[in-house]
Amino acid sequence: MGRAARSSAPAGRARRTGAWALLARNHLAVAGLGVVTFVCLVALAAPLLPLADPNATAPADRLLRPGEGGHLLGTDALGRDLLSRLVWGARVSIAVGLSATLIAAAVGSLIGLVAGYAGGRVDNWLMRGIDMVMAFPYILLALAIVAVLGPGLLNALYAIAIVNVPFFARNIRGITLGLARREFVDAARLSGKSHPRILLTEVLPNVLPVIVITMSTTVGWMILETAGLSFLGLGAQPPQSDLGSMLGEGRRVLFTHPHVSVVPGLAILVLVMGINLLGDGIRDVLDPRLKSGALSRPVARTAVRRTAVPERQDHPGAVLELQGMETEFHVGGQVYRAVGGVDLHLAPGECVGLVGESGSGKSVTAMSVMGLVPTPPGRIAGGAAWLDGSDLFALSDEEIRQRRGRDVAHVFQDPLGTLHPLHTVGAQLVEAIRAHRPMPRTEAEAAACDLLALVRIPNPAERMQAFPHELSGGMRQRVCIAMGLANDPSVLIADEPTTALDVTVQAQVLALMDRLRRERDSAILFITHDFGVVSAICDRVAVMYAGRIVETGPTDEILAAPAHPYTDRLIACVPVLGAPDRRLEAISGRPPVVNALPPGCAFADRCPRARDECRVGDIALVEQGGGRAVRCLFPMEREVADG
Amino acid sequence: MGAYILKRLLAVIPVMFGLTLIVFLIMAMIPGDPATAILGSYATPENVERLNRQLGLDRSLPEQYLIWLGNLLQGDLGRSYSLNRPVLDEVTERFGATLILAGTSLVLCSILGLLAGVVSAVRQYGWTDKVVTFVVLIGISTPSFWLGLLLILLFAVQWRLFPASGMYAIYGGGDLPDLLHHLVLPAATLSVVATGVIARLTRTAMLEVLRQDYIRTARAKGLRESRVIWRHAFKAALVGVIPVIGIQAGFVMGGAVYIETVFQWPGIGSMLVTAISTRDLLLVQGGVLVVAAAYVLFNLCADVVQTLLDPRLR
Repeated sequence: MGRAARSSAPAGRARRTGAWALLARNHLAVAGLGVVTFVCLVALAAPLLPLADPNATAPADRLLRPGEGGHLLGTDALGRDLLSRLVWGARVSIAVGLSATLIAAAVGSLIGLVAGYAGGRVDNWLMRGIDMVMAFPYILLALAIVAVLGPGLLNALYAIAIVNVPFFARNIRGITLGLARREFVDAARLSGKSHPRILLTEVLPNVLPVIVITMSTTVGWMILETAGLSFLGLGAQPPQSDLGSMLGEGRRVLFTHPHVSVVPGLAILVLVMGINLLGDGIRDVLDPRLKSGALSRPVARTAVRRTAVPERQDHPGAVLELQGMETEFHVGGQVYRAVGGVDLHLAPGECVGLVGESGSGKSVTAMSVMGLVPTPPGRIAGGAAWLDGSDLFALSDEEIRQRRGRDVAHVFQDPLGTLHPLHTVGAQLVEAIRAHRPMPRTEAEAAACDLLALVRIPNPAERMQAFPHELSGGMRQRVCIAMGLANDPSVLIADEPTTALDVTVQAQVLALMDRLRRERDSAILFITHDFGVVSAICDRVAVMYAGRIVETGPTDEILAAPAHPYTDRLIACVPVLGAPDRRLEAISGRPPVVNALPPGCAFADRCPRARDECRVGDIALVEQGGGRAVRCLFPMEREVADG
Repeated sequence: MGAYILKRLLAVIPVMFGLTLIVFLIMAMIPGDPATAILGSYATPENVERLNRQLGLDRSLPEQYLIWLGNLLQGDLGRSYSLNRPVLDEVTERFGATLILAGTSLVLCSILGLLAGVVSAVRQYGWTDKVVTFVVLIGISTPSFWLGLLLILLFAVQWRLFPASGMYAIYGGGDLPDLLHHLVLPAATLSVVATGVIARLTRTAMLEVLRQDYIRTARAKGLRESRVIWRHAFKAALVGVIPVIGIQAGFVMGGAVYIETVFQWPGIGSMLVTAISTRDLLLVQGGVLVVAAAYVLFNLCADVVQTLLDPRLR
């Protein structure tokens, strides 16, 4: 589901054309833009403004406080008007900061482009040099350069620019390295373009956003650092002055007349803060990875927003019952109904397969039960999940936490990503045990070791000390299963537990799960897209399409005689051993996007048997007897019976 | 693990040589006659001549470098003409003070920055997050030298809580409480920017980690949220933040130049500023070399800590 939500092409196009609109929506960035524009305009217009001469000394008016003698911000130790000096000083500071940024960007980008494009030895040597420069503490190198060139504003500018070259070189090189091996660059090379031209016309336009991002995030720094050098007396020399040297002069009368140093410092703060706000805004717009919302933190539990709690329909003997469960994703004003009312029940020791293509909502169904769907953007919008008679969606966060792993455990698809890379598997198992059964560590370690033996891991005591990346895929999945079984849960939800494994290991893991559920009487909800796996382990099967169950019934019967055309096509996709000539038919078309479901049957557009009636109204899941039900107006079985 | 540390240690050697080369080349960039630059424009021609010979400046550049490097390896950084004492003595004496100031700041900014970053990420878009983000933004936009002046005005002049300058009281000081008392304001000022940078990166790293599948696993196991955040998410985020803390060591040691000047802290930073204005280039050279070497060693430590945390790097 998440995939469907992210890969909407129109949204991508909107982002590119609406960069300004996106920036405008970021209030902080707009505020930053306002500040920067204002300061820059004032600085530019300094000669036109009715300001006093910034260098006109007036010993009689020395050190006036703000407002005194017609001086809005007061005067400094030589009686010069502070407001006027502030405006002229800002002019110098901005000019120096911008120039340093441009020099650093030009030199650094050039180095980065050449290094990334040329690769090999050139890249190696250039980057070694850059690393050497970066091995110096930032400001110290600038100091050394100023020490050699001598104090002065221009020398400070060079020093700051040189020190910032590595940031540009590194960032640009990284991007160029990736681009230099792309097809369009190869094509340009084959068409006979010279290297400099390719760099300029093909590569540069693509790295420009990165250059802009790096500029917008470093220009504030550079203004701060040049101000710092001037403050130390190593930058602007009298009579020339920038904000930093004003601050340095003000320091001499700090105790008696603090306003002389407070004012220019405040000006630097406001200017740099404006630049940083704007820079962050620009970065967010240009760097899609950091686009706001992309880094939303999922909270501990899926939000529940039910309008009504359904009346419980009891299935005698069931341990877990899903009733009309609905899960939605709210992304950018769109509502994706990933799960649109699912009914499902599990008896102890029973294994139910939940089958469907990717995007059908089967994983979201599985995650919804214990509130593991990430919020934002997910939320449970309706229905109920009854575990031993209590409504899971009505429990408090703490109550649901206590049931996770103890009553309902999960095994996920990718065992490398789902195990914590920095903890040993033993520690992770011990943690799972002690989360619900407080016991001494040594005791838990023994129990964890037993669990590893239970899932047939050789040398369990030794493996306890292993990190996940040191184990094979099959071993890792066994560890995950052991972790799921740590507290003898009554329900095990396995989300494609064998998909990432190769076929022989797959068979072993399936056999293991089958044995364990018989021995321990746990119910298993088995999510898969593979009917071959279903036939191996599941008692019953439920087929999902576009967020709803379209067919359910005992595995053997459904495999033998599917009633829904979709089930039929899914089964036809499974290769049969020993029948290499059998045609494997892919299902043409794609599942509908769940934010714009068609009325009627969601499968109608891909169904060869669809008629006009299929495209109107809601089609119900109809009981067919024998535990079977199908959501189809013209199920296959009846047609077969009709002859 | 031991082999890895050894490998990293060996890799430091070429970097150290690179440092000396860059420092040497910068010094070779001096416009005009270096000996005159070092001795000042009032030097007698005989003195200039002698220093030129002494420094080997009448030879080719590579030869000069090797001679210089040889002296350096023997601990000879030359003689400071303004202080009339060996550069090495002055630098080592002052380096201790810088280490105390920068070290304290680094500890302070690491703790505060990590904490602020985690809290901010966990309360994403909440008011705590907004406040932290805004304070952090002010922190990284503030000129630290100005902040130092403000703190002196408020805490030293207005409220008389802390001394405005120096490392020890002139009369009757010299013990640890006295040092700490003097340390508060400069260390706090110096750590502000680094705290902001670390907080920002920690927040991003935490948000990145919190979306990982293993966090979902931790929650599916029924762990308490505090354990999920600190033992699972924070540990993974820390691996990414530690190199940044290493880089911040450089910013803190560089920023010490301002703060030592503002608070008249007798460290390398204030020494450098004085040395630059008196054109005592050998002293500048020695100070820069020592601080840069310390920075390289600190980054080595950061690397080792990162490897200890992350078994995949071993």
